[in-house]
Amino acid sequence: MSTVTYREAMRQALREALGRDERVFLMGEDVGRYGGCYAVSLGLLEEFGPERIRDTPLSESAFVGAGIGAALGGMRPIVEIMTVNFSLLALDQIVNNAATLLHMSGGQFNVPLVIRMTTGAGRQLAAQHSHSLEGWYTHIPGIRVLAPATVEDARGMLWPALCDPDPVIIFEHGVLYNFEDELPDDAGAVDISTAAVRHPGDDVTIIAYGGTLRTALEAAKQLVADGVGAEVIDLRCLRPLDTATVVSSVVRTHRAVVVDEGWRTGSLSAEVSARITEEAFYDLDAPVARVCSAEVPMPYAKHLEDEALPQVSDVVAAVHALGS
Amino acid sequence: MTDRNADTSQASPLTPTTVDDAGHGVHLLREMLRIRRFEERCVELYSDTRIRGFLHLAIGEEACAVGLMNVLSPDDAVVATYREHGYALARGISMRSAMAELEGKLEGCSRGRGGSMHLFDAERRFYGGNAIVGGGLPLAVGLALADHLQGRHRVNACVFGDGAMAEGEFHESINLAALWHLPVLFCCENNLYAMGTALERAESETDLSLKAASYRVPSWEVDGMDVFAVEAAARQAAESVREGGGPHFLELRTYRFRAHSMYDSDRYRDKAEIEQWKGHDPIPAAVERLTTSGALAQGDLERLEAEIATEIDDAVAFADAGTLEAVADLERFVTSEPVDAMAVSP
Repeated sequence: MSTVTYREAMRQALREALGRDERVFLMGEDVGRYGGCYAVSLGLLEEFGPERIRDTPLSESAFVGAGIGAALGGMRPIVEIMTVNFSLLALDQIVNNAATLLHMSGGQFNVPLVIRMTTGAGRQLAAQHSHSLEGWYTHIPGIRVLAPATVEDARGMLWPALCDPDPVIIFEHGVLYNFEDELPDDAGAVDISTAAVRHPGDDVTIIAYGGTLRTALEAAKQLVADGVGAEVIDLRCLRPLDTATVVSSVVRTHRAVVVDEGWRTGSLSAEVSARITEEAFYDLDAPVARVCSAEVPMPYAKHLEDEALPQVSDVVAAVHALGS
Repeated sequence: MTDRNADTSQASPLTPTTVDDAGHGVHLLREMLRIRRFEERCVELYSDTRIRGFLHLAIGEEACAVGLMNVLSPDDAVVATYREHGYALARGISMRSAMAELEGKLEGCSRGRGGSMHLFDAERRFYGGNAIVGGGLPLAVGLALADHLQGRHRVNACVFGDGAMAEGEFHESINLAALWHLPVLFCCENNLYAMGTALERAESETDLSLKAASYRVPSWEVDGMDVFAVEAAARQAAESVREGGGPHFLELRTYRFRAHSMYDSDRYRDKAEIEQWKGHDPIPAAVERLTTSGALAQGDLERLEAEIATEIDDAVAFADAGTLEAVADLERFVTSEPVDAMAVSP
């Protein structure tokens, strides 16, 4: 057992994948000589060389599309996009090619591609580097969407993602990179299809993912003091959604709060809420509640950014408002 | 043919065309005729509602598809556009499976899930059928990157129209291919119109091969109405790409005789312009050249036409008799059916 940061865990995962399969390579902006915008790939260029740690020009559409083409050509590319906001420049390739080629070709061409990108706010990076657009990607059939929220998942999700024959997007929340946790020395692949219960409780279910997991866990800790047992579920895999884990908890607790850093309107929280309503309506003692980001482009000033984001106090208040 | 690199010394000049092999010349003619007659039949089937959706015909542009596809090896890759019937047929996809696809049948080359704009064939390394203008270019770059990383000497041919030259994906892709010296053959079918928008209304610089050459990519202008010229240029470019010469660019100057799609009333083109281009029809031009050279004897053309008519009748009958995929299978192929992807060899 050793203590590592989320960043180091992700780097270990990259190193393992590169060492394990010759077909794996990493490409993206500043992943090589710079060491990665968030230093995730620091040192990998020296270890694996420029053919496998490829710095690209600032051409998101071309290098994401080239990742798709390389996957079609027998490689197992990992494409890094600096931030989710920049991924919009590659949306054509992700939505129109990566997600559709298998179906359009009648099952002939699968795309074993992994795209990693940073998401989320909390670092005063304002409205073009801070958004949480995971929910948009979960709308698209044909891609798997993962949100590692723990050091263990940062370490363990990459390899199974590479083993998936179809495109996988891994969202790494920017505030998590410096978080530390214990990781077993033999840590490896984790499951990439189910949600996980991160904190047990019987009175209310709090559903979170990525950057909001810690918020939810902190809220659960405070609620214990108030005599409320909150069960915290980490969705982990945002598409396909593990509805069964969520529903089986809500059926027991009869109350649900969904915490989502995305905007409320058209968000992943809306989908989770709808599924609870569809599948557990008669087990609910209160309407499903949501704690989301304020519907504004993310502001720079710290007090405004804090106000825009789901905070622990917001989650605690939402739980109490349900009568828990 | 114009060598756009005379002033940039990026490539050897194009060599003039010769047709030494009479049989090969007739083969090229035959392939063009197959495409022309296939698409003419498609128009009838469209009117008869057996084909629906968008149908983009390449009538007038057959020399491009035939000239390009004939220089590729089976292990080369092709990424085409939504106007790709000709490329699919010339690449060896059977008329039967192409026609069945247009009729939305399970026996189609994409199981009826692609239609006219999305013909695919893994066996022939035919990667579509891409209906996002410019969207196929990054794929070709990636296929070429895979070849580079795995030490394979293959050509990745990417076809697109003049409209794609205004897309960012063209510029991003050709830059990346040139920067990494990847084996991509960029083939621009310049038919002078991006759907209804004339080249000079879309491009500040209408000399497209000049734009490509600015990325230090050997770029040639070719008469896209002359199948022998297209084939000669494509062969030279493909050989250079295969031998490690990095990406090459061909501008094939061509023209579509019909509207953009079956929905297009073609109000933006001058009738006189269309008639003038019909005077450069690649098929009569090839017939004349082959007749003059003695490769085509009296009765040969009629025999070719009869054989092709039989092939098309057979394809239509095959498609008509094809099956509709079970609706229970609707959600298949959204994700792969279980296999261990890491164990699958490319």
